[in-house]
Amino acid sequence: MTDSELKLTLAMVVLFLPLLAAVSIGLGARRWRGLSAGLSLGASAIAFVCSLILFIKFHGAPSGIVPATDAAFNGIQWLHLGDFKVDFAALIDPLSLLMLLIVTTVGTLVQVFSLAYMKTDAGYSRYFAGLSLFLFSMLGIVLASNLLLLFIFWELVGVSSYLLISHWFEKPAAADAGKKAFITNRIGDFGFLIGILFVWQLHGTLDIIALADMGAVTTTAGLLIFCGAMGKSAQFPLHVWLPDAMEGPTPVSALIHAATMVAAGVYMLCKLFFLFTADALVIISWVGGITALLAALMAIQQNDIKRILAYSTLSQLGYMVMAVGCAGPAASLFHLTTHAAFKALLFLGAGAVIYSCHHEQDIWKLGGLRKKLPLTYRAFVIGALALAGFPLMSGFFSKDAILAQAFVANQPLFYLGVVVALLTSFYMMRCVLVAFHGDARSEAAKEAHEAPGEMIGPLLILSALSIGLGWHYFGLSNFLIKVSGAVIPNEITHSAKLTAMIAGTAASLTGLFLGWMAYRGVKQDPLPAMLGALARGMRDKFYFDELYAGLNQWTQERLSHYAAWFDRWIIGGLAVRGTSGAVDLTGCLLRLVQSGNLQTYALLLALGLLVMLTFFLF
Amino acid sequence: MTHVGLEHYLVVSAALFCLGLLGVVIRRNLIVMYMSLELMLNAATLALVAFSHHQPPSPHGSPLDGQIMVFFIITVAAAEVAVGLALIVALYRKRQTTDVADLASMKL
Amino acid sequence: MEILFYIFSALTLLCGLLVVFNPFSRNPVTSAMFLVLTIICMSGLFVLLKAFFLAAVQILVYAGAVIVLFLFVIMLMNIKEEERQRFRKFGTFLGAAAVAGLAWILVTTVMNSRTGERSVANNTGETKELGELLFTNYVLPFEIVSLLLLVAMVGCILLSKTSETEEEAE
Repeated sequence: MTDSELKLTLAMVVLFLPLLAAVSIGLGARRWRGLSAGLSLGASAIAFVCSLILFIKFHGAPSGIVPATDAAFNGIQWLHLGDFKVDFAALIDPLSLLMLLIVTTVGTLVQVFSLAYMKTDAGYSRYFAGLSLFLFSMLGIVLASNLLLLFIFWELVGVSSYLLISHWFEKPAAADAGKKAFITNRIGDFGFLIGILFVWQLHGTLDIIALADMGAVTTTAGLLIFCGAMGKSAQFPLHVWLPDAMEGPTPVSALIHAATMVAAGVYMLCKLFFLFTADALVIISWVGGITALLAALMAIQQNDIKRILAYSTLSQLGYMVMAVGCAGPAASLFHLTTHAAFKALLFLGAGAVIYSCHHEQDIWKLGGLRKKLPLTYRAFVIGALALAGFPLMSGFFSKDAILAQAFVANQPLFYLGVVVALLTSFYMMRCVLVAFHGDARSEAAKEAHEAPGEMIGPLLILSALSIGLGWHYFGLSNFLIKVSGAVIPNEITHSAKLTAMIAGTAASLTGLFLGWMAYRGVKQDPLPAMLGALARGMRDKFYFDELYAGLNQWTQERLSHYAAWFDRWIIGGLAVRGTSGAVDLTGCLLRLVQSGNLQTYALLLALGLLVMLTFFLF
Repeated sequence: MTHVGLEHYLVVSAALFCLGLLGVVIRRNLIVMYMSLELMLNAATLALVAFSHHQPPSPHGSPLDGQIMVFFIITVAAAEVAVGLALIVALYRKRQTTDVADLASMKL
Repeated sequence: MEILFYIFSALTLLCGLLVVFNPFSRNPVTSAMFLVLTIICMSGLFVLLKAFFLAAVQILVYAGAVIVLFLFVIMLMNIKEEERQRFRKFGTFLGAAAVAGLAWILVTTVMNSRTGERSVANNTGETKELGELLFTNYVLPFEIVSLLLLVAMVGCILLSKTSETEEEAE
């Protein structure tokens, strides 16, 4: 079998096996819980193995987007409308191989974790079907070779996310959260679609390989495409759905809202990096930076352990987008990979804590778990340190890459990044201290015991990845620079790298220290007393939700007001009653002709004859 | 005196026709209206006879066709007058009036 | 010859006018009388046009039968002088204006077409030829007209039956 045939076969196996699992669960295997879980996990595991084989064998391909003969499968003909050609085809270049590996790894680990976490849930089979469907959609995004196919899988991912967030749909909060996620995503996708149309109009093709040769599109088109990433990766102002999405099961949060789906936006930005002009990139970087800062501020005052992690995800996504905007897709992808590992670890750790403490999620009601859940504690701490950018963790290397990029491209953003790094370590220290240290503050925390093996296993694997991914031994950083083909990294001088490293380390250590000072041994939050209204604002997410709700209501009211006016006066009055009135009036006038008087008729005859003759003879 | 040609007869016929129409439109007595109607008919016959007189012989029809038509017109007019007057008599018996203004029951 | 034409046509028009507008009396009998005069003058015009048979038929049928029928009906209905009713100004003047306009149009059309210069009077019109034509080319209409007269008779009789005669008949 030739190389490309092998590539294609493995890629198709990776893509379609989860779909097969989802469909079979949906169609019949639902009745048997063990079978459903087995199908889903088996599909995911086989996909993981195939991705691993693919990556090991083919990651050495040339840099950048590979020419058609090597990378893409010129697939099944789909839409051929004159000049417009869209096919079902797969683009298998090193970047997609890396992403495949990330998605399948985290996916498999999460499924193993869910075996124990969701054991008592009534919708067990439905859950695994949803997970498999999500895997299929996400892998579709990774492998899509043209923008239309990408968009279709984009939407599919949105649907899977909706299904999974509202898994416990009997809870109104969960159903609402699912709807909110879907609608906010849709708004972003609307911009994305218009951007795709722009690209088609400007370049005449939607094939990614062909587009790579054609260079950038206009700034407007680039920004519209960025709208899709704004929606999917929850950038400001479309960030409101991600915290609410924590209503879903914790493994779902780990998979979707930490490692994969929200990373799809960043992946798309990196893959289509060549479409953006310098102006678009500046705006993108600022949006990312603002998101990072805002989310970090909001995370400082959250009391639900999952919400803290959600805002942390938002903040890190902001970092990634900022890196892309500073013309550093390599740094962004590096952080994406390491973030997938340690954020999944953190979420699964939180899941273990929640499971052990009988679904108690408020950190102020936990405490003292250090002794009761030792393995979970250690895994969580590793994840927290990686997130905070503690030296020699994977997060340290990737965050430094981003800060170096920002220093070279856009200095104000560098300072912003440093401040956010400080805040990040501050709130992570707060979370760890309050949830795990001190004394148990509630019954649930007192009775906690270690989680079962299926949960601990993934935690351990992810801990190893969180520590090791950054090391040069793995060569991830160089691989990414080669793969993303960006030019800028060569310009990062040694002094810039050094500055970034020092600043980043200083920020993270300072944050950890401040957190330690503020939260060591406290029984309640000292910050609201110190900061007053600011703390309240942080806790209430800076009132964005209220703003949007109010905007919605105002718009609907205005629209309905005008629509009602239009309906009553123009349609009802002018068109309906006006027409009937006009007909009535004409009828009344014409009725006068039928007077019943013979002479009137004779007169009208004579008049008519006169008119006709005048018309014809003159 | 200029030579009396076709148009003189036609002018007379037109004037007579219009006089009849005037009578129909203005007079309100049914009988007089009917008589004006007959006047209009006569004007038409005059025109026909005038045309017939001035038509050259042609292979399509005899020049006397106009007179034949008048012949039939007079006959039919007689029949029509009979029936019309019978109607007027019946109407008079019903409504006791011959004023058209009082016979306007067919209005909307 | 021409003067005869002018005399007859003047008389015709005058009598026609008097049929419609009678300043002397509003009696319908007066109108009928003037209609007779009009018919007779028209028959004179027919003679000038060499339509002798038609002239005779006109006087016999029209003046002799039709107008007599009119007179019978007038007397049968015992119509007295028509009362002066509301003089409808608008309708009358509008009607007069319409008819005047029509007259003007017809007359100008006729005058403008200048048929007179091209027309050639022929001197046919003998009764014999008319009879021949009637009984050869137009024999079908001839027969149909006789049927028409029968129908008219039946219709008249039916229409003039009163309800008392019907009850008496039963």
